[in-house]
Amino acid sequence: MPTLAGTRDGVPLIDGIDKVTGRARYTADLDHRGAFVGRMLRSPCSHGQITRLDVERARQLPGVVAVLTGEDFRVPYGVLPIAMNEYPLARGKVRYRGEPVAAVAAIDAETAERALSLIELDVRELPAYYEAAEARAADAVRIHDDKPGNLEREVHHTFGDVAAGFAAADLVREELIDCAEINHAQIEPHAALAEFDPFTNRLTMQSVSQVTFYLHLMLARCLEMDESRIRVIKPFVGGGFGARVEVLNFELVTAMLARAAGGKVAMELSREETFITHRARPQTRIRLKLGLGRDGRLRACECEVVQRGGAYAGYGVITILYAGSLLHGLYDLPAVKYDGYRVYTNTPPCGAMRGHGSVDTRHAFEVLLDRMARELGLDPFEVRRRNLLHAPTRTLNELAIMSYGLAECLDRVESASGWKARRGRLPHGKGLGMACSHYVSGAAKPIHWTGEPHAVVNVKVDWDGSVTAFTGAADIGQGSSTMVAIAVAETLGLPIEQVRVIAADSATTPKDNGAYSSRITFMVGNAAIDAARRLRGMLTEAAARRLDCDPADVECAGGRFHVTGATDRGITFEEAVKAALVDQGTLTVKGTFTCPPEAQGGKHRGGAVGSTMGFSYAAQVVEVSVDEDTGQVTVDRVWVALDCGFAINPLAVRGQIEGAVWMGMGQALMEETRYLNGMPAHASFLEYRMPTSLDSPPIDAQIVESIDPNGPFGAKEASEGALASFAPALVAAIADAVGVDLDELPATPDRILDALVARRRRQRLDAVAGGGR
Amino acid sequence: MFDPGPIPGKRLLRIRLNGRWREDAVADDQLLVDYLRDTAGLTGTKTGCDGGECGACTVLVDDEPIPSCLTLAARCEGRSVETIEGLAAGGRLHRLQQAFHEKLGAQCGFCTPGMIMAAEGLLRRQPDPSEAEIRAALAGNLCRCTGYVKIVESVRAAAAADA
Ligand code: FES
Ligand code: FES
Repeated sequence: MPTLAGTRDGVPLIDGIDKVTGRARYTADLDHRGAFVGRMLRSPCSHGQITRLDVERARQLPGVVAVLTGEDFRVPYGVLPIAMNEYPLARGKVRYRGEPVAAVAAIDAETAERALSLIELDVRELPAYYEAAEARAADAVRIHDDKPGNLEREVHHTFGDVAAGFAAADLVREELIDCAEINHAQIEPHAALAEFDPFTNRLTMQSVSQVTFYLHLMLARCLEMDESRIRVIKPFVGGGFGARVEVLNFELVTAMLARAAGGKVAMELSREETFITHRARPQTRIRLKLGLGRDGRLRACECEVVQRGGAYAGYGVITILYAGSLLHGLYDLPAVKYDGYRVYTNTPPCGAMRGHGSVDTRHAFEVLLDRMARELGLDPFEVRRRNLLHAPTRTLNELAIMSYGLAECLDRVESASGWKARRGRLPHGKGLGMACSHYVSGAAKPIHWTGEPHAVVNVKVDWDGSVTAFTGAADIGQGSSTMVAIAVAETLGLPIEQVRVIAADSATTPKDNGAYSSRITFMVGNAAIDAARRLRGMLTEAAARRLDCDPADVECAGGRFHVTGATDRGITFEEAVKAALVDQGTLTVKGTFTCPPEAQGGKHRGGAVGSTMGFSYAAQVVEVSVDEDTGQVTVDRVWVALDCGFAINPLAVRGQIEGAVWMGMGQALMEETRYLNGMPAHASFLEYRMPTSLDSPPIDAQIVESIDPNGPFGAKEASEGALASFAPALVAAIADAVGVDLDELPATPDRILDALVARRRRQRLDAVAGGGR
Repeated sequence: MFDPGPIPGKRLLRIRLNGRWREDAVADDQLLVDYLRDTAGLTGTKTGCDGGECGACTVLVDDEPIPSCLTLAARCEGRSVETIEGLAAGGRLHRLQQAFHEKLGAQCGFCTPGMIMAAEGLLRRQPDPSEAEIRAALAGNLCRCTGYVKIVESVRAAAAADA
């Protein structure tokens, strides 16, 4: 096993000093000299036909350099090649309140604002639907002409004999679980800076992107430009969580404004606009039925999911597929039926958010499993232990499970939380609950399938002895560039400080599919190791020539190449580089990683979604206090264990686990986007409440290392897997504390109070009924 | 020619910015955050919200942490303003910067300048804060990445390093 940069505590991020000194430049901090200011006009209504859009007076306003409407964009865009139905500015029709309809660039913000106020927009309103059920009603008008019933996609998958499974079960229960829509709420508001050079017809784009390659692709598509004339650079990015995987309307608009103005345009969205841009976790209704044996074995699962998708396709098809496909892969399930419905509504488009598609169904599954275990008198840990998988194996839907550390995760949190001694023995109002979850380490089949490797990393070594790794992977705070530096340094036997990483600039770095589905550690990490190994091979040969021995007898360690067994017969890394450069000059090597076809899921329609080289696994225990008078739930402590294969940077892994658990807590306790007649009622941090430092508990994060056979040094993902188990563990803890079963997220005081009132009413009725007997 | 319209009231602002006195012409209604970022070129101070919700813009004015997005630059006349750029001195990181770096108090880093300035405000009035005091002092500073675990750890470590 690797020693990894000499420390098992982990290392600080290689760009950490930039962040703590304020030197790090995010998009809004870039050189704005000479930039025009971009602004967008947004639809005041939720659904309607644009009958008039007159921008003439805006165009005439002195200081305005460009004005755009939907007519300036001829080509639709979208993250999925099969579902591109959105224009950067609305064309003909508006489909949600806040949808951009026109844009201006002007010499300053005041002029741009004034220009927007001069644009005349008339819309003939159509019926608008804010809930999935309304949009699916038989008489609902179509939001998109080609989608009857406003159904974007339905999925029907059955694996195994579900009827036989339920028949064999001792206990069958069904629940309806509702999860509110939430938002990523990354602290950096959206921003873009585009510069078009009219003399060379070249565009340089800097933006808050998680996937610069998609941005590059969509810029070329929507601006109808040659890809080679575009350069996309990712500055520091202030969080993503999925918000910035898809290309976003303002990015395309900023670039188009820059071209129209023949110069540089800066667009900075307000917090309200950042919320409206959305692309987050949809409101989801889950009808779940499970069959359980008295022995705790799961016999069958039937799950129906309805997602309120918002006004455009975005990632919708993938989200509804994930919701079903990741029912699998955590436990051993003999039969699963899944029906998913992704519905168009007149709300901002939903998209990918940390734990994409899997979080709400996992919540429902764990909640119901917990209740059924209680009914059968089984311990929640035991019921999970009876349903463990054994790697290597394949799930019913053809997902490959190559490593599986869930059993150890369970043991760790059970003992750390003192579960056996404390569960059921806490005073009334306090409770413990537990749950499990998992997530992919990168989608094994990329959306834009081109036949290229899944990841490419270049490593350069030059006369000065410096080693530079080039990767297109987007570090958005998760520490991916640091991971690349560690992988290269470790493979070359160098201290991490000797490796520089250049990331996410299409002019210098190889193409990468970016920061989504937790793919970077697994795929880019493997590609980085591959590149560094090739380089090590070249240096080893050069060292062998200098040492006059066989390359097979040369060892590379501690910044030296020496003859095996004779550490004094060796040369330094720098000397080896000099020897290797003779007749060759600067060396640049390429490393790649490709997921083999057998890892890419089943052959059924949508079968690739959920497939991955390795799943992370998590178990957690949540301890709560519930105030029965106010309905306030306080999370006192969390114990979590995550199987991330091998922890390449344990410090960063812990940070990711804590962040994921905490984000799960926000969703579980308080986060909720709300619309009043389509108007966002949550579009500020005061209205969209998320936990502050005062609301946040200590989190005991433990790392379980199952050592994946294909992961880089055995590593898997670490930043999504622990999220989904928080909410069900919380709901179980609330049940333990005050005896109410919550069917809705978030667990806000009003919902808790409603549940308490309902429980008291039930108890009274039971008492009356009992008295009459 | 383009007529920029009536020029709003401007004044000469004299402030001590990160230890150095300077003078700039500022509009009466210019926000401190815009003065720092656009006029003084100190982009370490961030804007994360539409006003007073996130704490990313926190700076110290006469040792007090304040949201610079809710403060007029003109109100700082004759006062001392400190930003994240002013903390490191003599080629050494400030103890809070060192701790946030080593303990991973910063992930994406966007909340970090405001967080560190709020923490510095706390340490100046309470050099040995309890965990509860740290959490209370940072309650106006949102972070979406860390769950605050390593932020609190960083502040504790910095306070201990100070002792
Ligand atoms: S920018 Fe959010 S509080 Fe000032
Ligand atoms: S580190 Fe990203 S918001 Fe705090």
